Amino acid sequence: MINFQNVTKTYNSHSVALENVSFRVNPKEFVSVVGRSGAGKSTILKLLIAEEKPTSGRIIFDSFEVNKLKFSQFPKYRRRIGTVFQDFRLLNGKTVFENIAFALEVEGRPQKEINEFVPQILELVGLNDKMRSFPYELSGGEKQRVAIARAMINQPDVIVADEPTGNLDPFNTWEIIKLLMKLNEMGSTVILATHNKEIINTLGHRVITLDKGKIIRDEEHGRFILTN
Amino acid sequence: MFVTLSRIIKYGFQNFLRNGWLSTATIAVMFLALFVLQGLIIFNIIAKNAIATVQNKIDISVYFKTNITEDEILKLKKSLEGLSEVKQVVYVSQEQALAEFQARHKDSTVVSQAIQELGTNPLLASLNIKAYNPKEYATIDAYLKNESLSPLIEKVTYAQNQVVIDRLISIVDTAKRGGIALTLIAAIIAILVAFNTIGLAIYSNREAISIMRLVGASNNFIRGPYIVEGVLYGLLAGVLSFAVIVPLIIYASPYIAKFIPEINLQIYFAANFLRLFGYQLLFGIVLGIFSSFIAVRRYLKV
Repeated sequence: MINFQNVTKTYNSHSVALENVSFRVNPKEFVSVVGRSGAGKSTILKLLIAEEKPTSGRIIFDSFEVNKLKFSQFPKYRRRIGTVFQDFRLLNGKTVFENIAFALEVEGRPQKEINEFVPQILELVGLNDKMRSFPYELSGGEKQRVAIARAMINQPDVIVADEPTGNLDPFNTWEIIKLLMKLNEMGSTVILATHNKEIINTLGHRVITLDKGKIIRDEEHGRFILTN
Repeated sequence: MFVTLSRIIKYGFQNFLRNGWLSTATIAVMFLALFVLQGLIIFNIIAKNAIATVQNKIDISVYFKTNITEDEILKLKKSLEGLSEVKQVVYVSQEQALAEFQARHKDSTVVSQAIQELGTNPLLASLNIKAYNPKEYATIDAYLKNESLSPLIEKVTYAQNQVVIDRLISIVDTAKRGGIALTLIAAIIAILVAFNTIGLAIYSNREAISIMRLVGASNNFIRGPYIVEGVLYGLLAGVLSFAVIVPLIIYASPYIAKFIPEINLQIYFAANFLRLFGYQLLFGIVLGIFSSFIAVRRYLKV
């Protein structure tokens, strides 16, 4: 489904973010990408959502050859992926409802569907009483749940989460991880970048470990080990 | 398509209202810009009228010897009217000249007595010539100096008025050029200020723009609401600046009429109200759309 083939990304001549990275992700997998800060976790996710272009190598997502996408093709491609960020990236000028509805509106879905789907999703993430709130009125955990609701509302094939718990306390961290696991059980592929050891060790799913831009380990039931 | 358009318009209004302070500040600056531009339009109208008034006062006169018949003068009038430089030729007969002279000095007994004592009409018949362009008086003067005409002509006033005419020409030229330069500079400043203000308003939205891109919104769907906002800024600023300028004109009109009696700003404004108002709105809206378009484009790179 997702296939990185010899992908290298350099930002400038003396900083190599990724070096010759190859891996595959199958449908309905839950994959964690771990590594120290600067190991290249975020770069992998940015390349996948076409926020960055690889310096060399191919990135395949279903029928899309991501590294060859044109700027005008990005919107359509990105609608296939739900993205969750460490800093939430909600639209501060819009309410919770509008933030989630936005992901459907960009596809031109009718208002009737939006009015039906958004409350259902909010119910799922446990925020149906905050529908009319603005992001600044929410706690960090609540914001991240809104972001996840937005990422999943149009039933994407893949959910990509870049350090989604990085700004959260342990309790909210587990709430978010549980949500991601639930989405995975419902059939979405999940790619999670994190450096939270506890999460990885508890999940017991596939773990790809990165160090200095290279994959040093890729295990089916991985644990969080950074030293060789 | 229709759903998307209606959402774009809805979000334009929503952003506009939710960012009340930012919208107010942006409109205030655009208001000033449009106010300056409207002021320039009015300044140009006044200047143009003033220049025309001055130009109208310049003319040259040809005085004919007393033995010349009216037919000969009228023949010359015809040929002068045939010149492309000449705008108007007015014939003043000896009798008319006397009548005008008497009318001008009707309060002075000395003058009327003197004329009565003379018994004959001392004044000469003349042609009063106006050119389209003051610079052309020299050409007309040269035409009148033609040898075949010299037996008819007593004198041409151009020679005595030449200095004054030349000076007026240079004043008119300077005023025209200065007006254009001033208008251009002020217009550029006004446009740049408005453009930058909208640019700053959208700068504060740069993160939202990149988020929208990452969520999969198309460029048009992102840009649309900002363009709608730009239209609203321009529209409201245009209406506002007009609402301020109308009472100002009504107030200033009599003072301006004192300087240049030929121009009634109030009547001019009333007659061209729709046109001026239309220009103002159009300019505001185009400026708003253009500024929004350029400013958003900068952040649509993700």
